[in-house]
Amino acid sequence: MGKQIKVALIGNPNTGKTSVFNALTGLNQKVGNYPGITVDKKEGVCKLSRGVKAHILDLPGTYSLNASSIDENVVIELLLNQKDKDFPDVAVVVADVENLKRNLLLFTQIKDLKIPTILVVNMSDVMVRKGIALDIAELETQLNTKIALVSTRKGTGLQELKTLIEGYKTLPKKQCLDARSIDVDYFERLEKAFPNQEVYKLWLVVTQDVNFGKLARKELDVSKFQTKSNSELKRLQQKEAIKRYQFINGVLKKSQVIDRSKAKDIRSKLDRILTHIVWGYVIFLAILITIFQAIYDWASFPMDLIDTSFASLAEWVKNSFPNGGMLTELLAEGVVSGIGGVVIFIPQIAFLFLFISILEESGYMSRVVFLMDRIMRRFGISGKSVVPLISGTACAIPAVMATRNIENWKERLITILVVPFTTCAARLPVYLIIIALIIPEGTFLGFSYQALTLMSLYLIGFGMAIFSAYILDRVMKKERKSFFVVEMPNYKLPLLKNVLITVIEKTKTFVLEAGKIILAISIILWVMASFGPGEKFNNAESIVTQNNIDIPKGELDDKIAAYRLEHSYIGIVGKTIEPVIRPLGYDWKIGIGLVASFAAREVFVGTLATIYSVGSASEDESIDTIKTKMANERYSDGRKVFTLASGISLLLFYAFAMQCMSTLAIVKRETKSWKWPMVQLVGMSIIAYIFALMAFQILN
Amino acid sequence: MGLTIADLKKGERGVITDSSSKDIPLKLLEMGCLPGNEVKLLQLAPFYDPLYLNVNGSFLAIRKDTAALILIERIDG
Repeated sequence: MGKQIKVALIGNPNTGKTSVFNALTGLNQKVGNYPGITVDKKEGVCKLSRGVKAHILDLPGTYSLNASSIDENVVIELLLNQKDKDFPDVAVVVADVENLKRNLLLFTQIKDLKIPTILVVNMSDVMVRKGIALDIAELETQLNTKIALVSTRKGTGLQELKTLIEGYKTLPKKQCLDARSIDVDYFERLEKAFPNQEVYKLWLVVTQDVNFGKLARKELDVSKFQTKSNSELKRLQQKEAIKRYQFINGVLKKSQVIDRSKAKDIRSKLDRILTHIVWGYVIFLAILITIFQAIYDWASFPMDLIDTSFASLAEWVKNSFPNGGMLTELLAEGVVSGIGGVVIFIPQIAFLFLFISILEESGYMSRVVFLMDRIMRRFGISGKSVVPLISGTACAIPAVMATRNIENWKERLITILVVPFTTCAARLPVYLIIIALIIPEGTFLGFSYQALTLMSLYLIGFGMAIFSAYILDRVMKKERKSFFVVEMPNYKLPLLKNVLITVIEKTKTFVLEAGKIILAISIILWVMASFGPGEKFNNAESIVTQNNIDIPKGELDDKIAAYRLEHSYIGIVGKTIEPVIRPLGYDWKIGIGLVASFAAREVFVGTLATIYSVGSASEDESIDTIKTKMANERYSDGRKVFTLASGISLLLFYAFAMQCMSTLAIVKRETKSWKWPMVQLVGMSIIAYIFALMAFQILN
Repeated sequence: MGLTIADLKKGERGVITDSSSKDIPLKLLEMGCLPGNEVKLLQLAPFYDPLYLNVNGSFLAIRKDTAALILIERIDG
């Protein structure tokens, strides 16, 4: 194994840090978790030269080394702990050429920890357009560092960066600011108490304890040190910021010239429309409608293809493997239908992640936060809650994690509690198949009825989220302080590479995670459906034959299969809960789907597929898609199972019920108690039951 | 109490004179909301809240109640 240099990539949000990471590592990256917390840990490898590799860690974006969120805290914990296995040999601080002044604040802090630090000035391609001129050599001297002028858009400067990383040992370690100058007395006392430590590092540990509670893995214990009151410490932190800006202003005065008259101002032109009091909202709504229409239209073709391919695959497995064997049946009926139920999501999930990542990359998402804050606050949440609510349309899990940058705890908690109401990708297959069954084709003003129904379901989910937020806000006790600071980044054309990597990574994770659960449940269901206790299951064939002597062979086989399913283990479960779900318009087979869905709602379609294929014996109809099977499903008296009334009732049940164990687990992690996930599970299920009940009783 | 950022009208500018209230988040100070720095009000959401500002070259949005804690002197013209 060759030499590996450990590199930490650090920077403010919106500086293109991730673009630099992607440019260095390509698809050669993996996303994991930091132990004990759910912050994404992105790592990658980059080849430098002659067998030297760089192991690159992409740390969460942060504005300074004073953390105010779990994500930011990861950066500080790592940089303050030299014993951490990820402690970097060299820190690469990414700065945006247009926000150099603010970005340098973080740079000077890291440099003052005496970690070898390289500065990347990114987005150098806009310099001419913005009238910015930089004297790089002067800037290097002033900051005592090496600088790479990079444009990830044009692909320039990356080779220079790699060379700098490789030569990290020659980087000067001189500090930018003498920490003692913040408060001579206090810092001397601190130094005396811990003589072997860097005083700036001590200061960060002390303030970090005050601001953020315990540093979990810290090597330094300063708890015995006689420190100052919180407000005094805050005053010193302000003083530190002022001193750092004084230093930075001095540096930039000598090395940067900005000629505003040459700057082309796209930002203010776009902002005039996109944050307009009327047009801003019209455009936002139009964007949302386009997204949903696109998901429905564009994804339907690959989805139909996947659906029929899996039906034929199941057929092929049945015909090519040893006939009648247990394993063949398990494969064809359990595993293949189960996997088909996951794979069919891929087109829509990919489209959703595509749109969300474009909205974020372009800088538009911050404008939405700005537009929606006042309105959202009326319901007890923040403008920042809009981002989780929108990403909730992909999956509630990343959405719950996206609430982390909401500063106010009450606003954040309410957002976490209501996010699962938004229509996540896992609900889509359920919606799509039921809509296809009960809503007629045809168009209204150019939009198909089916697309409009889907859109309404998204609105219902969103409406319920907002409404419950309002109720929760009234019920929970007040908390007045509302910290809210949102950076409004520059508009930029999303980089194709970044968008694609996000889409691929997120879709892959989602499908693998969901896939594991779905596969497991499919197999369990198949086993439960194929075995049963007692006489009725084991002697199904003779019992049914005795009672139906004159009917044709094919029909008889179907009746035997149905009788057997009814008396299998799963049939018993379904029959037991039937009285509870009858008033909602469901039969016991749907009941099984519901029960299985409490693990993860996306298993519903796969479950029905498994149950229906086990429940039918005839060979000739096996190429039917799940949809046809459902359309043909009837009660014993010949009435269809899936009617408008039972369909709408099912749609509403799935819209409101909390059917996702992974989300409950994440909520437990983020709120650090079982109380809130339990509130969600019970509350949402009751709401779901009531709405489904009303819908069926009124429509029937 | 003197003039604050919340008193600015759209397009107006000011110089920050005091941002030491303990209810101002540290993050805002670190983004450049410090005495001596210039602030310009770029855009207002409906109900004059939140405010979209350019502070010291950084573009950011804050709520009206926070803006009302940051003292300024108006720059005319």
